[in-house]
Amino acid sequence: MTLVPTLTELELDAMTELVNLGVSNAATSLSELVREEVILSVPKANVVTREQAIANLREHGAKRLVAIHQDFDGDIRGRALLIFPEARSMELIRALVGAELSPDDIIELEQEALAETGNILLNGCLSTIANSLERNLKISLPEVIHGEGTDFFYPNSDAHETVLFIYINFTVKQRDIQGFLAMILDLPSLVMLQKLLDAYIERSTGESRASDHAG
Amino acid sequence: MAYTILIVDDSKLARMSVAKVLGTLHPDWKRVEAANAAEALSQTRELSPEVVLVDFNMPGKDGVTLAAELRALDPRISVAVISANRQTEVIKRAEAAGATFLPKPVTASALADFLASIPGQRTADSR
Repeated sequence: MTLVPTLTELELDAMTELVNLGVSNAATSLSELVREEVILSVPKANVVTREQAIANLREHGAKRLVAIHQDFDGDIRGRALLIFPEARSMELIRALVGAELSPDDIIELEQEALAETGNILLNGCLSTIANSLERNLKISLPEVIHGEGTDFFYPNSDAHETVLFIYINFTVKQRDIQGFLAMILDLPSLVMLQKLLDAYIERSTGESRASDHAG
Repeated sequence: MAYTILIVDDSKLARMSVAKVLGTLHPDWKRVEAANAAEALSQTRELSPEVVLVDFNMPGKDGVTLAAELRALDPRISVAVISANRQTEVIKRAEAAGATFLPKPVTASALADFLASIPGQRTADSR
C-alpha cells in the first residue's frame, strides 16, 4: 500500500476553509444562473489514495457517475474534478435550463450545461485557492466524462499521486444533488501545497506553524 | 468600554483569522471562541457577550438560525453573520434574524464598520 503524506489538522482545516470559500462564491454565481437558492453543506476534506477515493465514491452508493474535470498547472499541478451520480445530473440540468425543455433538447444541452456548472464551481474553488495561497494557476477548459470511479482516478496511473477528496452536498431548487469534489495531486504538488497552506495559515493568524511538522 | 466578543466558526483557522483582525482593531476586547451553535449558546449564557460573529455554513445549525436564537436570548446582542455565500436569500435571512451580513473573508475595514455601527455603551447594570 502506498504511503500517503497527510496534512496536519490545521492544514486540512485551512484547505477545507478555502474550498468552502470557493464553493460558496461559486454557489452565489450558480444561484444567479438558476435564479434559486443553492444550499451547500459544509465540505469534508481528506487526503486519500486513488483506491480510497474510488472506494469513497462507492460508499456513497453511486455507480454510474459523471465528472467534469479541469487541469491546473503552476507551482501546484493536477486535476480538479466535480463528480455527480449520473442519475442526478439530469436534475441539475433541468434546474439550470428549465423543466419545460423536451428530453431531446435536454440531451443536446447536457454536455454544455454540465461543463458550465463544473466550470463555475471548479474555477471558483481553484481561483480562491490560488489567490489565497498567492500563487497563479493556469486552468484548462472543462471536459465532461461519464463512467465509474476507476475511469476518473486512473487516467495514467502513477502510484504516488494522491487525491484530496472533498464531499459536499448541494441542493438546487429543492432537488437534492450530491456532489464530490476531488483534486488529484502528485507528491511534489502535495508537498508544495502543504508549504503554501502553512504560509497562508501564518498570514491569516500571525502564527508560525512550522513546529507542527515534526516527523 | 471593553466589550466581550464571541467568534463562532467550525473552522479553527477561520476563528484564528477573525481573532487576528479583531486584535488589530480592538486589542482590549475580550475574545471568546466557539466551534458550533451549542457551544455558542452556552458561552453566551455564561459570558453575555455584546457582539457575536457567526459563520453561516456550519455543521448542524447554520449561522442564521443561531443568530436568531442568540437574539432571542438577548436582543441587545449585536450579531454579524459571515459567509462567502452572498446569495440574496442568505443575506435576506440574516437581516430578518436581526443580524448584519458580512462577506467572507472578513476584511479589517468591513469589521470596523460593523463594530462602529453597534449601539453604544451599555449601562453598568446590564452586565
